[in-house]
Amino acid sequence: MSMTRFALLAALVVAFAGCGKTETASTAASDELVIKIGAAGPLTGPQAHIGKDNEYGTRMAIDDANAKGVMIGGKKARFELLSEDDQTDPKTATIVAQKLVDARVNGVIGHLNSGTSIPASSIYFKNGIPQISPSATAVKFTAQGYNTAFRVMTNDAQQGKALGEFAVKVLGLKKIAVIDDRTAYGQGLADEFVKSAEANGAQIIAREYTTDKAVDFTAVLTSIKGKQPELLFFGGMDPQGVPMVKQLRSLGMKTQFMMGDGGYTPKLIDLAGAAVEGTYASLPGVPLDKMPNGRDFAKRYEERFKQPIQLYAPYCYDAVNVMIAAMQKAGSVEAAKYLPEIGKVELDGVTAKIAFDEKGDIKGGAVTLYQARQGKWQVVQTMGGASAAKP
Amino acid sequence: MKINLNSKLFNAPIAIALLALPFIIDALFGHGWVRIADFALLYIMLALGLNIVVGYAGLLDLGYIAFFAVGAYTYALLGSPQFGLHWPMYVVLPLGALIACGFGVLLGAPTLKLRGDYLAIVTLGFGEIIRIFLNNLNAPVNITNGPQGISAIDPLQVGGFSFGGSHEWMGLRVDDVHLHYYLFLGFTLLVIFISRRLEDSRIGRAWVAIREDEVAASAMGINTRNIKLLAFAMGATFGGISGGLFAGFQGFVSPESFSLMESIMVLCMVVLGGMGNVGGVVLGGVLLVALPELFRHAAGPVQQALLGKVVVDPESLRMLMFGLALILVMLWRPAGLWPSTQRRREFNADDSVLQQEQETVYDASK
Amino acid sequence: MEIFFQQIINGLVQGSVYALVALGYTMVYGILGLINFAHGEVVMIGAMVALAALQALLAAAIAPVLAVLLSLMAAVAVCMALGYGIERIAYRPLRNAPRLAPLITAIGVSIVLQNLAMMIWGREYHSFTLPFTNDSHHLGGAVMNDVQIVIVIVALLIMAGLMWLVHHTRTGRAMRAVAENPAAATLMGVDINRVISVTFMLGSALAAIAGFMVSANYGIVHYYMGFMLGLKAFTAAVLGGIGNLRGAMVGGVLLGLIESLGAGYIGDLTGGFLGSHYQDVFAFFVLIAVLVFRPSGLLGEKLAERA
Repeated sequence: MSMTRFALLAALVVAFAGCGKTETASTAASDELVIKIGAAGPLTGPQAHIGKDNEYGTRMAIDDANAKGVMIGGKKARFELLSEDDQTDPKTATIVAQKLVDARVNGVIGHLNSGTSIPASSIYFKNGIPQISPSATAVKFTAQGYNTAFRVMTNDAQQGKALGEFAVKVLGLKKIAVIDDRTAYGQGLADEFVKSAEANGAQIIAREYTTDKAVDFTAVLTSIKGKQPELLFFGGMDPQGVPMVKQLRSLGMKTQFMMGDGGYTPKLIDLAGAAVEGTYASLPGVPLDKMPNGRDFAKRYEERFKQPIQLYAPYCYDAVNVMIAAMQKAGSVEAAKYLPEIGKVELDGVTAKIAFDEKGDIKGGAVTLYQARQGKWQVVQTMGGASAAKP
Repeated sequence: MKINLNSKLFNAPIAIALLALPFIIDALFGHGWVRIADFALLYIMLALGLNIVVGYAGLLDLGYIAFFAVGAYTYALLGSPQFGLHWPMYVVLPLGALIACGFGVLLGAPTLKLRGDYLAIVTLGFGEIIRIFLNNLNAPVNITNGPQGISAIDPLQVGGFSFGGSHEWMGLRVDDVHLHYYLFLGFTLLVIFISRRLEDSRIGRAWVAIREDEVAASAMGINTRNIKLLAFAMGATFGGISGGLFAGFQGFVSPESFSLMESIMVLCMVVLGGMGNVGGVVLGGVLLVALPELFRHAAGPVQQALLGKVVVDPESLRMLMFGLALILVMLWRPAGLWPSTQRRREFNADDSVLQQEQETVYDASK
Repeated sequence: MEIFFQQIINGLVQGSVYALVALGYTMVYGILGLINFAHGEVVMIGAMVALAALQALLAAAIAPVLAVLLSLMAAVAVCMALGYGIERIAYRPLRNAPRLAPLITAIGVSIVLQNLAMMIWGREYHSFTLPFTNDSHHLGGAVMNDVQIVIVIVALLIMAGLMWLVHHTRTGRAMRAVAENPAAATLMGVDINRVISVTFMLGSALAAIAGFMVSANYGIVHYYMGFMLGLKAFTAAVLGGIGNLRGAMVGGVLLGLIESLGAGYIGDLTGGFLGSHYQDVFAFFVLIAVLVFRPSGLLGEKLAERA
């Protein structure tokens, strides 16, 4: 009995070995330099549309580089994309990270969320693989002492500070209600917004909460209505932002509505219709229109993927280009050799002029505020920027 | 008490295979799959814990992941910069198990009278309540750090030996994923051993008696209240240990790891593998951890081979295949892939016996 | 006071939505003693089909009223077929299997439907706007719009219709007979398979209607929308006493009210310590408290359970 079972096991192992061989055989390369860029984000689940957007952004940067014919250390480089689905799950994120490490990627663009970027970062760090997150905003991500972790996105503190200053100083709103969706992103941003708004002399008259799966906010909105705030700030993403702003208006409230980068999506405007008019949202960096390559990027993205940019695709694009720039500077695609160069890169990206501080956060951290007017996001003003002092 | 080392699970070839497994996996597929094997072991522990509640005692529990969460957070809070505490693993792990056990009793007590689906929804609610508290206890006093989770958790270590690093022995490089494999394997074998001993003990028989007919069991002099509470407590303890190991392994915990979907996955492992049978539950755990990963790898290349191009996004296909697999396996083997001998007998029995057995099974799980 | 009145309205509307979905759970449970975990996904499919049909019909310049009605009918038809199919494929072969087996296939069906929907309709959110204006009405300081009024009325009508169907028609009598004792029902000439199929189709039709109304109210549709809604509705059904039609209604409305009043007031009452982030905790505490004192829900009867 036991022997037969053992034999079965052995047979299975052999069978699997066969599979493994065929998989690895295909990666034989010619004399060009093959560079594998890993990408990780949720490709299934509620945030799948944003995860796919990230993948598209990364893919475009890679295809552009291949079309351009980048030379690294005198050799022609060919970039390959390995995209993995982390399902916004911290556990899956570490599996995916390990798999990218196994596949010997030269660098990783990801993950989308802070909750996945943080556990994955320790694996990248252990293996010395550079990781540039296009969209993780938790302060902690770059504060763990890992020299491999970078982001081309402002962190919650940078963005919350800018949003708070804008609300109080520029708009002159003093009575503020805050809702967050109890995710690492929403709560982190809302807390930093509260800090900044209070520091600038505003009063937080209501602090309410929801979840990232809710669609009905009438109860918390009604409760807020009784306190008559001038501004409602929501720390969360557009799937909640749309019904929230609709319900806000249908309850007859004239309160101003503001979100962070999670709200700056074409969907918010398309889906919320007339209710969204006047809503503020922010996006780290300088408007795409203002950057020389930005407008071109947006046009080509829409042509190629038959959809407008959802959210972070331009940041992914920049993240890849930062990596390539560092490789070119180091004249090597080996992680150990080009990692020290990433911190020194200065790049005119499509989202901003990119440079990193000593922790791996983006330097300066310009944040642009937009307002929905006549069915379009229109630039209001850019807070901070390369010249502004670091927070 | 005589320990029977000759039982099926402890024979030599299998022992060697288990010991060599991480190196075989590593050589063939790389570290990623060793990590998956580590998670599989953690889930096997969880599934075995839930098996005591669902499989042995017949109490449907949809919030089991809460105990995993309690164990994980106990480890995280007492071994991370969150409170600046760095208690050793041999204190924190048992403590986590003990606290989880306490929560098990806490859940069991008010739900003793409930049956079947009512119990299911209350346990589901309990699991959500624990998760919601973990997610929100960052204010007014910061205990759990809320949705941000706790990072920089101490690795699993005994004395100066850390499972989180790489070690070299006699020219053989052993990485963290391998070390965790052996640690988790040790705990899993312990849990398997306890489960098997329990199965044949007085307590185990009392659980089965309650599962089959609670009224009759109580008439036979079984203290149903205590025995049910014991099932919850034992199940929770295993969950707590597994949770502690998870926290040390990951180095990061956040409430999103303990969602309802996780409870459902663990339940699927138990039912798909074969409720009440240790071997079946282990099989279920291995399959449900490995299957989605397998589909992740296979979905793209298989389409390429069959159709010449990737028609459907592999990521969409992966979960679809997984769902289909759940349905097909249950249709093919309704009692699970490897049911306990007792259940198998029920299924091969002639119609009248089958009918009678069915009714008691329905009854007991209500 | 007007805030309180508004919270009651919020709870009623939300509760009516829960009740509609809960009716589907409770009908299936009443007859089969089975939690149809895939029900929430049927609601989602209903919403998706309705949206696709509505867009196609409006694009073909069909009159708005007719387009809305036709798309609703399309959703109902697709969902009924789906409900029938789910029962035939995933539940009927397991009718004599251990009780947890169909629970797992239900979870499997749910995963399959979700991912199919994702493949067909994409990962992103879709806008669901009715081709009419949705006017707001002021009732003593509180606000309620047309869609919300329709939701409450339709929920009541459907509930009344179902009661009539179950208690005053042949099909209804057959359903009750199967619920009481399937073996005896067979002896009396009831075709159990037919009755169960009809039940599933009815439940799925309700799911389609619920999906349509939920989407019209919130204005967005997404392949992930069914899961949470299904879970809440299931909770509502248990709260009211699963297997009992009136119970589903009572449980749904009660759950809606608990959520809105809980989120609206407990934060202020406890000085912000237990705010709206504990909304679901209140709901589950009430559920546990009710079940501890009434182990089969508010209106649940022992008789409704299967022997």
